[in-house]
Amino acid sequence: MARGKPVRWHIAVFLAPAVLVYTALMIIPLFGTLGQSLFNKGGEGGVDFVGLANFATLFGDPRWSEAFWNALGNNLWFFLIHMLVQNPIGIALAAILSTPRLRMAAFYRTAIFIPTILSFVIVGFVWKLILSPIWGIAPGMLDAVGLKSLFAPWLGREEYALTTLALISVWQFVGIPMMLIYAALLNIPDEVLEAAEMDGITGMSQFWKIKLPLILPSIGIISILTFVGNFNAFDLIYVAQGALAGPDFSTDILGTFLYRTFFGFQLQLGDPYMGSAIAGAMFAIILFGVCVYLWGIQTRLRRYQF
Amino acid sequence: MKKTALVALLTGTALAGPALAQATLTIESWRNDDLTIWQDVIIPAFNAQHPDITVVFAPSAPAEYNAALNSKLAAGSAGDLITCRPFDASLELYNQGHLADLSGLASMANFSDVAKSAWQTDDGSATFCVPMASVIHGFIYNADAFAEVGVEVPTTEAEFFAALDKFKEHGGYIPMAMGTNDQWEAATMGYNNIGPNYWKGEEGRRALIAGEQKLTDEPWVAPFRQLARWKDYLGDGFEAQTYPDSQNLFTLGRAAIYPAGSWEIAGFNAQAGFAMGAFPPPVATAGDTCYISDHTDIAIGMNAKSPNAEAAKVFLEWVGSPEFAALYANALPGFFSLNSTPVAMQDPLAQEFVSWREKCQSTIRSTYQILSRGTPNLENETWNASANVIRGSETPEAAAERLQSGLASWYAPQQ
Repeated sequence: MARGKPVRWHIAVFLAPAVLVYTALMIIPLFGTLGQSLFNKGGEGGVDFVGLANFATLFGDPRWSEAFWNALGNNLWFFLIHMLVQNPIGIALAAILSTPRLRMAAFYRTAIFIPTILSFVIVGFVWKLILSPIWGIAPGMLDAVGLKSLFAPWLGREEYALTTLALISVWQFVGIPMMLIYAALLNIPDEVLEAAEMDGITGMSQFWKIKLPLILPSIGIISILTFVGNFNAFDLIYVAQGALAGPDFSTDILGTFLYRTFFGFQLQLGDPYMGSAIAGAMFAIILFGVCVYLWGIQTRLRRYQF
Repeated sequence: MKKTALVALLTGTALAGPALAQATLTIESWRNDDLTIWQDVIIPAFNAQHPDITVVFAPSAPAEYNAALNSKLAAGSAGDLITCRPFDASLELYNQGHLADLSGLASMANFSDVAKSAWQTDDGSATFCVPMASVIHGFIYNADAFAEVGVEVPTTEAEFFAALDKFKEHGGYIPMAMGTNDQWEAATMGYNNIGPNYWKGEEGRRALIAGEQKLTDEPWVAPFRQLARWKDYLGDGFEAQTYPDSQNLFTLGRAAIYPAGSWEIAGFNAQAGFAMGAFPPPVATAGDTCYISDHTDIAIGMNAKSPNAEAAKVFLEWVGSPEFAALYANALPGFFSLNSTPVAMQDPLAQEFVSWREKCQSTIRSTYQILSRGTPNLENETWNASANVIRGSETPEAAAERLQSGLASWYAPQQ
């Protein structure tokens, strides 16, 4: 009689640490937060189950919904700037770095990547100083080339503040797409490129016709990382503009809105129940975005095996 | 047998120990900056009169204080004496039974109703902390710059703006050092600094709480109209100017007037290399009664579950005495005693601030009591509205309208 396959215990044993740590630190808090969003303070210090009432307040009450849509709109703009500026520049830098004739490539690579490992606190503080209308070097540098009239207190103006912060964030994180694309470009076998050269495809057209299709999966991954990172962003805005995300909430994104609501601010006491509802909405937005990517885009990407 | 006896003896000693030894009081506080002042000045002065009570000042970091205190109180491990934040944070502790009712202390008679209002139940029936200090708002000015440009210290609004105009014409100084990047200065050193002159201090503040006045009434809109005029006198790029930027601009001698809170005094004395003076918020016409924001900021109460309640009360009676007031106010210039007995201040700038109490009526920041309990939070909205008005992105009327509708959305007396 044939015996069934032996139970492969080692799989469970090897998976256990990751599963346990991930469950304890991510899954349980996530479901705890989602659960908490269904409750609210009841009479006499108790806690009542309120169903979706917190979400009804968040989207139905004009004050809450205005703040929420404002934060979401700002967040989308923040994401758009990253997609339009950070990722194309990252790809371009990677393409330049991977050209064999470039000298000191290692130096550029390191220099461009360094801001990524800096703390948000340092980045926020340094850029605030650079752009400061009083002590900053930005007005002086513009003055030196005769463009002083272009200077404005960017972080203090409603119309510029969010874009300025998004560009600061781009400056900090452009190293990440650069590194990922750079690695993908190095992975392209020389035979493919040589074959292209044999067919007379060189220079720019080689990049567009051969390399770019081959790195598309990496670009997809970068897009989704940018999306998740941007919709969870909080630190830079908090460091540069404070929890009230001034001027006049023009830099308020979902992260700062959540922070103010959940933990409270100044005289405003924290409201963990509405805070959880906002966290739930953020989770839904991110989940939706990731799903669109996974089913809508990733499954259609063609992969090449070398 | 011998061993058992020894253990019994030791246990007996250990048990008897606390009852025989002196009472030790532990103070919970967020003022870790003041640790040396408590250890070197205040506690020795107390022990000179009460050598049998040992006092330990045990502060924690300001940002962690509320959370740390709440968990200590819940766990029953908090100290005997609790430093009280003003208004709702402490009221919540009293309502939960963590702070004892101190209305019966004899030294409570040394404090005015305004001084006590931050640590009372809404109906004023119970006071649960002994007031320690307040901060006063006004304007600090660069006296050397005033002499150089030939500007008199303004007392009325017209003189105030004339002085600012003169500095603007002169061009050597930024007329006023303030920015809107951090928002709170616009509300705290702007709206709530100049506002009491319009809403007549306590009278207007109480009427607002009672629902008899609205934020859209003239006395509450007029301060916004004044703020809107400040814009022209602030430095280039004030929109991105932060609070430390403003402090530095003033102490480096580049600005003439600084809308201030008295807590700046110690820092400015150390930083500024020129003579400074201070003036209270200018009144509309000469001879009007002046009102100042004399904001209750810090007090001390008793842990309701303290085993040393008697000793703690002795200490609190002393904290309410004029002697403590003089010690504390002089050790920390800018944190003024709330005691009704006037305290002689050694620091001239601090003395100037505190002298306004004699000619002006004191009030507290309008948004702090009761009105910031709901959502949207009136204090935080006022930050935003004041900054918007100064930047010119919202009109005074629109800002007042927005604050009023926000307050009315949850506060029944305003509906």
